[in-house]
Amino acid sequence: MGTEHAHSNPNAPDHHDEHGGSHGSMREYVVGFLLSVVLTAIPFWLVMTGAIPDKQTTALVIMAFALVQIVVHMIYFLHMNTKSENGWTVMALIFTIVVLVITLSGSLWVMYHLNHNMMPMSHDMSQVP
Amino acid sequence: MAIEAVDHSHWSPLLGRLWLDALPQEPIVLATFVVVALGGVALVAALTYFKLWGYLWKEWFTSVDHKKIGVMYMVLGLIMLLRGFADAVMMRIQQSIAFNGNEGYLNAHHYDQIFTAHGVIMIFFVAMPFVTGLMNYIVPLQIGARDVSFPFLNNFSFWMTTAGAVLVMMSLFIGEFAQTGWLAYPPLSNLAYSPWVGVDYYIWALQIAGVGTLLSGVNLIATIVKMRAPGMTMMRMPIFTWTSLCTNILIVAAFPVLTAVMSMLSLDRYLGFNFFSNDFGGSPMMYVNLIWIWGHPEVYILILPLFGVFSEVTATFCGKRLFGYSSMVYATLVITILSYLVWLHHFFTMGSGASVNSFFGITTMVISIPTGAKLFNWLFTMYRARIRYELPMMWTVAFMLTFTIGGMTGVMLAIPPADFVLHNSLFLIAHFHNVIIGGVLFGIFAAINFWWPKAFGFKLNQFWGKVSFWLWVPGFWVAFTPLYILGFMGVTRRMRVFDDPSIQIWFVIAAFGVVMIAGGIGAMLVQFAVSIWKREELKDETGDPWNGRTLEWATSSPPPEYNFAFTPIVHDIDAWEDMKRCGVERPTTGFRPIHMPKGTGTGIILAGLSTALGFAMIWYIWWLAAVSFVGILGYSIFHTFNYKRDYHIPVETVEATEAARTRQLAAAGA
Amino acid sequence: MTATTVNPTHDLSQAQLQAAFYDLDEHDHPEGGSTMLGFWMYLMSDCLIFAMLFAAYGVLGGNFAAGPGPKDLFELPLVALNTAMLLFSSITYGFAMLAMEKGSKGAVQLWLLVTAAFGIAFLAIEMYEFYHLIHEGATPMRSGFLTAFFSLVGTHGLHVTFGLIWLFTLVVQVGTKGLIPANRRRLMCLSLFWHFLDVIWIGVFTFVYLMGML
Repeated sequence: MGTEHAHSNPNAPDHHDEHGGSHGSMREYVVGFLLSVVLTAIPFWLVMTGAIPDKQTTALVIMAFALVQIVVHMIYFLHMNTKSENGWTVMALIFTIVVLVITLSGSLWVMYHLNHNMMPMSHDMSQVP
Repeated sequence: MAIEAVDHSHWSPLLGRLWLDALPQEPIVLATFVVVALGGVALVAALTYFKLWGYLWKEWFTSVDHKKIGVMYMVLGLIMLLRGFADAVMMRIQQSIAFNGNEGYLNAHHYDQIFTAHGVIMIFFVAMPFVTGLMNYIVPLQIGARDVSFPFLNNFSFWMTTAGAVLVMMSLFIGEFAQTGWLAYPPLSNLAYSPWVGVDYYIWALQIAGVGTLLSGVNLIATIVKMRAPGMTMMRMPIFTWTSLCTNILIVAAFPVLTAVMSMLSLDRYLGFNFFSNDFGGSPMMYVNLIWIWGHPEVYILILPLFGVFSEVTATFCGKRLFGYSSMVYATLVITILSYLVWLHHFFTMGSGASVNSFFGITTMVISIPTGAKLFNWLFTMYRARIRYELPMMWTVAFMLTFTIGGMTGVMLAIPPADFVLHNSLFLIAHFHNVIIGGVLFGIFAAINFWWPKAFGFKLNQFWGKVSFWLWVPGFWVAFTPLYILGFMGVTRRMRVFDDPSIQIWFVIAAFGVVMIAGGIGAMLVQFAVSIWKREELKDETGDPWNGRTLEWATSSPPPEYNFAFTPIVHDIDAWEDMKRCGVERPTTGFRPIHMPKGTGTGIILAGLSTALGFAMIWYIWWLAAVSFVGILGYSIFHTFNYKRDYHIPVETVEATEAARTRQLAAAGA
Repeated sequence: MTATTVNPTHDLSQAQLQAAFYDLDEHDHPEGGSTMLGFWMYLMSDCLIFAMLFAAYGVLGGNFAAGPGPKDLFELPLVALNTAMLLFSSITYGFAMLAMEKGSKGAVQLWLLVTAAFGIAFLAIEMYEFYHLIHEGATPMRSGFLTAFFSLVGTHGLHVTFGLIWLFTLVVQVGTKGLIPANRRRLMCLSLFWHFLDVIWIGVFTFVYLMGML
């Protein structure tokens, strides 16, 4: 880390790592972009054509694609790595993901059980065309 | 007194819903309004007469110095404490007389606002400013830094918090406050059941203050992570800094939840969305679920920094290193994570069923383990120590006794079958006052007595401090033990009148306890006044009046603007104690100019515009909302065009300040 | 700065002790050393706002209140087009960052404007979609599902809008001040923000649009 890049303004003192990470290279951006295109196109194709007849399987597959694509974006566009800011960015990300998983899954769990217990039939869950 | 149904349907393009009917109608509010208005005019007149506006503006309001901002937070907390306590007194009087057909002196409309305002003020505008103020003042000093990471944001955060407090105070005299309880559950808080401005005041006060809280959280995390003195590894950080770090992590990870939920409630109220409505597929229960995802971490946001305070106080007044430093750190980290796994215990009775309730009941009981570990650490630090029972230590011992009982009643509430009996009863009220007063407030009093000499250069008067202590602590028990008993009898919270005359005696006892607490608060104000009056006698020249252990005691009291002329290098936990042990003397030559951030009025201006935006949204004054929103956006962008945000303190100034310090130390014989 | 424990020996002179305990040769810390970390923290907190909106969608997403559901409303080709706009804007922002590395001010401004064009296209398509839905009577007030849908997608759109305002501000600032460290930091922050909105969008098109059409 440090002064790996040239400055347009040589007067500016910048011997400090102000960015805490790399900015990526052309190769990185292009690879990331191509991967994202593929990872976006396949789920759209799956849903639009109904290539997999089973809905649950399709759902799982597209969720898996979403997860992979999020990781791709994190690495190629957001330049996440374990070294930037002494690992604090990754730590913050992991903590956020933990909280996110707890709150999302917890809320769904709690509300599902609540609906199950308290509103057995009154709710209109069906879709009216 | 009957509640007159007032029709508030007036709306005009210029003033929105604001009309003459928004002004105080009831005699009590009217009298308060007159008193506050006269007091305000007197204050403004005095400040003008003594020509203090320029001084306040330049030295305080626009200052980005973390110490001054910390003090301003403490002042805000103290002022709001008086307001919140006045609400408490009114409730206690009402409940102790409203028996045998006596309706008391507050109508339902007014009473419901009071208990809502009491809760909102005490949590958001007393506890939060106190805690944030302490962290702001102490953390940079403890880690050997000269300021926080983002000094301007710090000033902005303070003014946003103040803006929220201003909106709450406005609601007392212009319109009304929410009558929903402090968390404003729908459907009661929906437009259909709270049609006027009360809930809108609540929403906008919390949203605006929430911005400040979130940004100060980001700021302090970055400060602790990036600005520690050389050599201060994570495991050499003072415990108060550790608990502050965890608190701010919780703030950053919890307050967005509150922001999101408040926004959803606003969309329901303003645009007729169906998040929490009963019809069209909304779910009021989802509000309860989501808001407690913020609400439970909030409890730990309040208490964790005070755990840090107690650790510092115990180690200092026992004259030895804290027992189990690393277990304290790990306990704090465990609490940080676990605080996200217990939120459902606030609504066991909602009906999620046995499996969900058991899970959250067990996690709640588990979270008491790290807290218990902390208590043992403090006790083992005290074991066989030569304890000096100065005021901070007295508050710490009072905390240990009070908080432990509060914790145990909490574990009782964590048992779902017991909770079905005790839910929303006065037992719950007694429990959380037991932990919040016994933990947070006692901790703040310990901290004020502990760090006051650092902030102002003189100690606090001991006599009045002790008077306050002995009125507060027994007063607390007299006020809240009856509520435990009443809770067991099945008396629910938020009641205005009672049918059963046999329980009146308990409310009378509780009211007497409040009288004692009032004495305690009064004695504390006298303590401040007497100490300021006799500050020459109480003067601390050394900068280290308690034989402290951490870096804030290594500089003068009050510290110079730049905190440390030379950044200390840390080799051990309790860095200052280590420096004293090694006999290192303070360098008196070789000073350099010091790079510091510049003050700015942007924070107070943006917060002022935000207050206008909030007020306009509350009263449906759409033109003002649009103007102030554009103003906020425009001024923020304008601010980003200012690239000159720092300056150097010239070396002559540093030399002069440090020379004065040398003379002071020589005179003190240190 | 390595730190070794100093023993309270009297062998050390006061000057040595002072050198061990005070940073006597300190230089100015350049401004903005914490900015990227601080901004990352902010993004994490923003992430949780979206988490709440996703949670609300998860809970309310099936409550149609006898109104229209996803299959009646969503048009996947439009969503695919929208996603493409955002992806293109991502790589063009990347090109702006690479131009910043090279220090060419004009190229930075150019790529920023291209990014803005894609961003505006994204917003335009989204507004077209919203207008279309509301025109059909599928307003956010119609059902819990539509409330959660409009709020989640709308909040993302609002973020893109603020990102655009920020982006145009930066185009001006890069123009007037050049690629000075402060502006580089700001470009880096906006880069994080912009790519972060992409990540959120992955969640939106997967969980809302694609799963809704299953």
